[in-house]
Amino acid sequence: MTVVPAVGGLMVLVDPLRRKSDGAGAVLVTSLGSLPENGEPRKFPVLATKVDAWNRTTNVPVGAVYLQRVGANQVRALNAVCPHAGCFVNFKSDAGHFHCPCHDSSFAADGKILDPKSPSARPLDDLVVEIRNGSEVWVKFQNFRAGTHEKIPV
Amino acid sequence: MKPALDWLDQRTGYKKLLHEALFENVPGGARWRYVWGSTLVFCFSIQIITGICLWFAYSPSSQTAWESVYFIQHVMWGGWFLRGLHHFTAQAMTVLLVFHLLQVVIDGAYKAPREVNFWSGVVLMLLTLALSLTGYLLPWDQKGYWATKVATNIAGITPIIGEGLQKIVIGGSDYGHHTLTRFFALHAGVIPGAIMAFIGIHVFLFRKHGLTPKEPRRKPDAAFWPDQVLCDMVACLAVLLVILFLIFRFHGAELGAPADPSEPFEARPEWYFLFLFQLLKFFPGGTEVWGAIVLPGLLMGVLAVMPFVGNWKLGHRFNVAFLWAMLLGIGGLTYMAVKADRNNPGYLAAVRSADHDAERVIELASSPTGIPVTGAVTLLRNDPLTQGPKLFAKNCASCHRYDGHDGLGNQPKDKLSASDLKGFASRAWLTGLLDPKQVDGPHYFGATKFKSGKMVKFVKDELGGDDAEKKKNAEKVIVTLSAEAHLKAQKALDQRDEAIIEEGSKLIGDAAGCTDCHKFHDAGDDDSAGPELSSYGSREWMLAFVSNPKHDRFYRARNDRMPSFGEEKILSEQEIGLVVDWLRGEWYEAKESGLKEPGAKE
Repeated sequence: MTVVPAVGGLMVLVDPLRRKSDGAGAVLVTSLGSLPENGEPRKFPVLATKVDAWNRTTNVPVGAVYLQRVGANQVRALNAVCPHAGCFVNFKSDAGHFHCPCHDSSFAADGKILDPKSPSARPLDDLVVEIRNGSEVWVKFQNFRAGTHEKIPV
Repeated sequence: MKPALDWLDQRTGYKKLLHEALFENVPGGARWRYVWGSTLVFCFSIQIITGICLWFAYSPSSQTAWESVYFIQHVMWGGWFLRGLHHFTAQAMTVLLVFHLLQVVIDGAYKAPREVNFWSGVVLMLLTLALSLTGYLLPWDQKGYWATKVATNIAGITPIIGEGLQKIVIGGSDYGHHTLTRFFALHAGVIPGAIMAFIGIHVFLFRKHGLTPKEPRRKPDAAFWPDQVLCDMVACLAVLLVILFLIFRFHGAELGAPADPSEPFEARPEWYFLFLFQLLKFFPGGTEVWGAIVLPGLLMGVLAVMPFVGNWKLGHRFNVAFLWAMLLGIGGLTYMAVKADRNNPGYLAAVRSADHDAERVIELASSPTGIPVTGAVTLLRNDPLTQGPKLFAKNCASCHRYDGHDGLGNQPKDKLSASDLKGFASRAWLTGLLDPKQVDGPHYFGATKFKSGKMVKFVKDELGGDDAEKKKNAEKVIVTLSAEAHLKAQKALDQRDEAIIEEGSKLIGDAAGCTDCHKFHDAGDDDSAGPELSSYGSREWMLAFVSNPKHDRFYRARNDRMPSFGEEKILSEQEIGLVVDWLRGEWYEAKESGLKEPGAKE
């Protein structure tokens, strides 16, 4: 007799297991003009459509990326989220590297792990970038699981 | 009275119950060291009462959680006190738990036959910590949001079950409505229910086996009532007084800015979890699971087997020493975490900025327009005072300054190479521009390619002498030109000086010589060399200028280095609007606002 409510409740309880984050397609983040010529990373909010259970909101911040020039028409995009536990990393322009204000993980300007003793298990997550119409920077924004060696999309 | 009570007793047997409750034997008489359990029950009762009252006003969803807590805190009668009571009682419970555990272990109250009672206590401790962890998120402010993000990410690394567990707890793969509904169900339903059940077991077993007296006994045995009850009540009162002191000292519980997934926040957990936070800094990539899960699990394991260890020779001493060592370690790690933050200027600056946002959003929420349905987070995103300085620091401060800094109060790395825009187009700002001593100084054209340009030459030649008439005219021109901007701060002045402005308009169009190079309404040419002066500094003029300084109205090909922020899509129209509104001082100001701009000097 108790099986009925238990199963009924359990189904709703574990429903989130089948929810996947909607891997948003590429979104326009900024234009090439706003990226410093010297290749220094700059942070930009990523505006996209956010689905929060029953709400669907367009053009709201869903995260942030660091963009940097790596060539005449080439841009590197790094998710601003620290792969260790999910805080936002800061770019320290005087030191020229990324630092996470939570557990002190550090990453080189290209996102690689700077200090092997640093708590992060993997480099900053790079994202696919496309330059469209000559100067628009489009990023395929994605979040990945924290704390793992491999980049596993959530 | 008595017949009525007898009647009740025959039907309920309450007298026996009461007798059992009050006349429990206390071996060796009442002592202060036995009060901790009672203070914990007392605190838990406060939490039930305050929690249910908060429940009447709280709404768990990502568009209403912060908003309803704001309403409790700042609008509802005594809401700040209620939240303060709930918040600080939670803190008190954690401290009292440690005292209770210490007393139980030191007095050997965990030994046979009280093993199960001890374990139920350990479970109660974990449940209480879980209450605190889930409660931290419910206000949905930056602090709770980011700390919970970290905490659930760490839970997610648990081998095998981690990923699924994380998804179930946060209600999907991202944080939102269902994170709140789930945390709230845990915080207000599941965990308190479990705690009540375990308190029942805990107290039942305690009564079954009796109190473990601290040897040597100093006094003869006594009943629980009245001596021990008195001790317990005095202790509860003392705890309440400390809680009340903290509520008034900190004016209730903190409420940060609403959670924003794109706005960074230097996440820190509640102070009693700082040791775990600090511990994680020592585990290099991939070994985190040892620090976050294995080590705390082992410590709990040792705690759980204490009743067995206690039976060995020296076992009790080991237990006591272990507990002290654990607390010492926790204390040490907490101290390290606090010290690292106190000595970190970056962290302190981030805290200041977060505090500013928190204060500002409350000002905006309390404004006549209130909070939109989209939630309070949009208030900050659309606020010139909040976003203007940030956008300026990021996009403008590599050349310009604002009152000598980057808008946020910091010194930019790049050298100043354009004008200082604090008070742009105001009378004071234009007075400096038309001052022969300042026009080629660092505040104006000094660091630009116009340093020896026509404007600088004009100001020096025309206004450099002692001609009192010219100086007087220049003042009129300044008043007139500044009125074109329609600055909020100068509204009264502009109205007062209407006559001067009329005179000034004629001067600009004629005698002053401005229209030789600039267009001013009907005077001057469309292809003038200098920027247009009609509606100079107005919102429309500035939007157009920042969008494209190379436009025919402005510098054309003579533009120095300024990017066309709009044309080149470096900034959106909305972002340019926020910077311009901030520069023009157009933002909502509360009547009695004590809030300054982020970079303002004290």
